[in-house]
Amino acid sequence: MNIGVVVFPGSNCDHDCQHVFKDVLGQDVTMIWHKETSLAGVDAVILPGGFSYGDYLRTGAIARFSPVMNAVKEFASGGGLVLGICNGFQILLEAGLLPGTMLRNKSLHFICRETCVKVENAATPFTNVCRSGQVLKIPIAHADGNYYTDPVTLAGLQANAQIIFRYCTADGKVTPEACPNGSLDNIAGIRNAEGNVLGMMPHPERCAESVLGNEDGRAVLSSIVEGIKKV
Amino acid sequence: MKAKIHVTLKQGILDPQGKAIEHALDSLGFKNVANVRVGKYMELDLDQNDRTKAEAEIKGMCEKLLANTIIEEYRYELQS
Repeated sequence: MNIGVVVFPGSNCDHDCQHVFKDVLGQDVTMIWHKETSLAGVDAVILPGGFSYGDYLRTGAIARFSPVMNAVKEFASGGGLVLGICNGFQILLEAGLLPGTMLRNKSLHFICRETCVKVENAATPFTNVCRSGQVLKIPIAHADGNYYTDPVTLAGLQANAQIIFRYCTADGKVTPEACPNGSLDNIAGIRNAEGNVLGMMPHPERCAESVLGNEDGRAVLSSIVEGIKKV
Repeated sequence: MKAKIHVTLKQGILDPQGKAIEHALDSLGFKNVANVRVGKYMELDLDQNDRTKAEAEIKGMCEKLLANTIIEEYRYELQS
């Protein structure tokens, strides 16, 4: 299995993703420079976290016009699995591969800490080794993670089980206090209507091995490996 | 032609920066301030003398890149 990790100027979680897929999960990894125009040979694509193009103008606003994004769009429309983490999520939103946008965190602070997220839908290629309702402890690190969309789109996300992760308390309660950034409906991660593109603000690649004291993130990344096996 | 472009959050969209500035102004004694909204201001030179064409180009830039029309609106002035 070959996992493609896209590298934009300013990506800084690309090597963490590479490390987890390669050294922890034993898969092949191809690093894909943003100038590439083809994704031939990869089974899934990761848009990693970071500060692509310095977050200039808006997070993800310039990265979405990188040449590789046309290939990512094509790959996604063919049913390929695409995961955007943090800045990768923001790029997917700007590219229109996922609905909505990010506002500045309600507190205005850059928040870097562990959060609890509830797996709302375990029947996805990104969560298939989880249980529905399972609480995962995964860190966030962002200034713009306050998910916003119009009420009609939000209702659609809710009705179609497209909200995959919600911020919650340690015992799985989805409360306003458990939401670190002001996100609508405690949204931490959503997928597209077709189900093959996921964006999430928490960083599973930062907590995927026991030496780091937390392996919860491995569930998300190994789900992708399992998800591809099933396709 | 020079274009001056303003991009601001739409009414009803929470503007935490605006709120923070409003509180700061209040604590500095500016008690009669309300509805602070923060936006972006951009200037650019456009090699285009036809006003209609220039407007179309600026609109295209705003829709495609300069503003995220889910949450932002834009306005512009053109100067020959």
